Amino acid sequence: MRRAYFKFSWIAAALLAPQLLIIFVFFYWPSMQALYWAFTLEQPWGGGNTWVGFDNFTKVLSDPYYWGSVRVSVIYALATTVLAMTMALTLAIFVDRQLAGYRVWRVGIIWPYAVAAPAVGLAFQFVFNPGAGIFSYINTIAPGWWDLSKYPWQAVTAIVIAGAWKQVAYSFIFFLAALQSIPRSLTEAAAMDGARPLRRMVDLQLPLLTPTFFFLLVINITDSFTDSFGIVDTLTGGGPFRATDLMVYKIYTDGFRGFDYSGAAAQSIILMLLVMALTFVQFRYVERRVHYT
Amino acid sequence: MIERTPILNIATHVILAFGLIVILVPIWLAFVAATHTLQAVNSAPVEFWPGDQLWVNLQQAWAQSDFGPKFVNTLIVSIGVVVGKITLACITAFALVFFNFRGRMLIFWMIFITLMLPLEVRIVPTYAVAANALTPFQTIMDWTGINWLIATLSGVEVKLEWNLLNSYTGLILPLVATATGTFLYRQFFLTIPDELVEAARMDGAGPLRFLWDVLIPLSKTNIAALATIMFVYAWNQYLWPLLVITDRANYGMVVVQLSDLVPDQLTTGGGTPTWHLAMAATLVVMLPPIAIVILMQRWFVRGLINTDK
Amino acid sequence: MAEIIIRNVAKTYGKTTIMDGVNLTIRNGEFVVILGPSGCGKSTLLRLIAGLEDITDGEIEIGGQIVNQLEPRERGCAMVFQNYALYPHMTVAENIGYALKVAGVAKAERLARIEATAKAVGLADFLDRKPGQLSGGQRQRVAMARAIIREPKVFLFDEPLSNLDAKLRVQMRHEIRRIHNAVGATSVFVTHDQHEGMTLADRLVIMNKGTIEQIGTPEDIYEHPASLYVAGFVGSPAMNILPGSLDATGLSVLLADGQGLDIPSSFKARAGQLVQIGLRPEKLSILPKGHGQLSATFQFFEELGSARIYHLLIEDIPLGVVSEHKLSLTEGETVGIGFPTSALHVFDGPSGRSLDRPGVAERVAELV
Repeated sequence: MRRAYFKFSWIAAALLAPQLLIIFVFFYWPSMQALYWAFTLEQPWGGGNTWVGFDNFTKVLSDPYYWGSVRVSVIYALATTVLAMTMALTLAIFVDRQLAGYRVWRVGIIWPYAVAAPAVGLAFQFVFNPGAGIFSYINTIAPGWWDLSKYPWQAVTAIVIAGAWKQVAYSFIFFLAALQSIPRSLTEAAAMDGARPLRRMVDLQLPLLTPTFFFLLVINITDSFTDSFGIVDTLTGGGPFRATDLMVYKIYTDGFRGFDYSGAAAQSIILMLLVMALTFVQFRYVERRVHYT
Repeated sequence: MIERTPILNIATHVILAFGLIVILVPIWLAFVAATHTLQAVNSAPVEFWPGDQLWVNLQQAWAQSDFGPKFVNTLIVSIGVVVGKITLACITAFALVFFNFRGRMLIFWMIFITLMLPLEVRIVPTYAVAANALTPFQTIMDWTGINWLIATLSGVEVKLEWNLLNSYTGLILPLVATATGTFLYRQFFLTIPDELVEAARMDGAGPLRFLWDVLIPLSKTNIAALATIMFVYAWNQYLWPLLVITDRANYGMVVVQLSDLVPDQLTTGGGTPTWHLAMAATLVVMLPPIAIVILMQRWFVRGLINTDK
Repeated sequence: MAEIIIRNVAKTYGKTTIMDGVNLTIRNGEFVVILGPSGCGKSTLLRLIAGLEDITDGEIEIGGQIVNQLEPRERGCAMVFQNYALYPHMTVAENIGYALKVAGVAKAERLARIEATAKAVGLADFLDRKPGQLSGGQRQRVAMARAIIREPKVFLFDEPLSNLDAKLRVQMRHEIRRIHNAVGATSVFVTHDQHEGMTLADRLVIMNKGTIEQIGTPEDIYEHPASLYVAGFVGSPAMNILPGSLDATGLSVLLADGQGLDIPSSFKARAGQLVQIGLRPEKLSILPKGHGQLSATFQFFEELGSARIYHLLIEDIPLGVVSEHKLSLTEGETVGIGFPTSALHVFDGPSGRSLDRPGVAERVAELV
């Protein structure tokens, strides 16, 4: 705790006001609005909303399309996270050996972080394109076998690979930073104990990365729920047959294409709760991370 | 390195090279497509090496998407978001750290909770608010009867309206609130020794003077780190501008423009998909943030690690 | 002209009382050192004077004006901090001149004053450097210059020398005293180092647990400590303390090992009272067995070069003697200990208050 403060005055209030106002108008009010819509239904002939209790939720939860969306969201979250983190961890451990060209490797792996999700989606749409990309080879051998716009599993695979590709850099940066914060004396002590480099990776580096690992796990899953919009929108547009209709994408389409505010709001509330739960878990692990160091 | 490990070293380079190739391949293919003609891209065999059409394709993609004004718009919005976020983060954290008042923790938590309310999740109602940013106040005044009172007393019916759709304000304002930036600044301010504050007070500096003369110069590193991340964040915004801007000709942003380039039945009208142009445009759009990340690598990594996202 | 008067000042944080009922008058131009261990409230007292913290109760007057409600900048005090608290991004010149800049002093005048002040503390060649490029001693000088340039009525020093190495500390001590003499402002200096206290102070204030134990000149405090606490805190090596109790006559103290020690009747001691005898090591001399007022067992000695510290035991109570004489003693040897009667201090056992010549305690009250 600090002991040195300025006396509270209108200055402090004026400094706090802008952010608080923006938060109120663009975060809290819309969230409350979502709650209101989730528990009410707009009358078709106008005349305001009527209270419908959990009806909207019941409707959403009994909608097979919604459960399809949940299913693919979970698959997407887990698959991108596992792929991205495995790749990031492997690369980080080897980059951390700081051999010649260390900086080049590092930049080479970091830059995809800066690529906008829709750009990733578009680039991968080309890569996976059955007619023009490398997959056209497959189609010359087995005509019609590869087509994102026809086969759900291929579309899901495509968004997973694109999503994972985009996530690698973020996890890599954190893994590398965590590895570099391992004190050199510890590595040297292990070397004196006779542990060779590969052995040190397994016995020393991996265990010390556990907190970072958990932190990234939660962050990646949370991100995959919210940041996937751009990729889906440009790569598959939610199709085919709603196979890649991730939760965020469904909220968007139901709200802005279907004008079903109440349904979209109910879905928003569910996703909000999910994000809150994940954030909560994340901060428990962040705390643990502090304890480690 | 502690010991000589020639075999492991070779293996290290092989693994890293493999990883790098995996990362580079999709963008390489996109790049190659951007350097060939329409026919070359759409006919077998697939090209793996760049052709000579890059400049032609870039020019055509640029003109077709009218990128000139859109780049200007994107730059305005990105700079607006960066400056806004840094300013807000700085002054909010300053008030939270250097003033002692009741409700400080409450405000801290209110900002913290916004982390759990990402834009994508509250997108529909946020859009509704953007249509009239004063709705919350109108509603509150309606409920509390203030408007009724004003109407009865003065005969004027209160109608607060501020439409943010199709405006820079609408693009920027909802994006400038920043919990992570505020926390980064708070973290930094907490490392400022008490004695420095006291020395400034003894020297006669008030809070704003202290902020301007001492804290802001000291937080240059912070600003650089935050600016890098926030710039990338702002430049890459997609969903929000997609909704708020219907007047693309005047307010369109480059990333949103990508959604028009998806070569499907709608854009090609059944013709051959114009991959060469789509990929050229993609390259143009992703280049600025990549350049920033590579040039500002040091600040970027530090900022990312310290904000914990 | 600034006399500082502290009346019944109390400071609490929530329910914790840091300081209670402190009274102190610091005369104009005086150099007062507040001495005490960490956590005794000495820094808090300084910060209350500076206005960096609010007074819970009582009053502080500087130069005839009650300053309770004044902001630090309005009190005419300058402060030198323990860690110097230099602005890391400003040059030496900017650091020194910052207070003038805030006060709106014109640039030309400011530069002239910065130059003059820097010269006075020997920093003229370093004006363009940043604090990070300076040595500890130089930073200390910048901190001093920053205080001096404002020509304050009062200088406040918060353990300013504690981060310097021993040699530099002595040097800066002289410097501070020299500047004080030259400037003539009232100075309040807080430290936990008794050497700094003894050498710098016109008057010493010994604090303990948020109250003042004793106020007096360094000599006064050394010769007539008002309590066991003061006696133990001032003097190096520390004063020997021997517990005992007065016999029926009230004129002889029975020590732990059964030997008796006669005390003069001038001590206000009652028969049977539990007491603590205080003897400064440097006032004792080692005599052959059977001589002197006490007998003790020799253990070992430490060589200081100019003198030796002899470590002895009376029963199991340690007794130190500082002597220039090079004696050859064997471990376990019994020797006599002699000292002048004036070197004898007697304290009340339970309270630790001095039973010395009447008046020490009263004189404390008087000074307040």
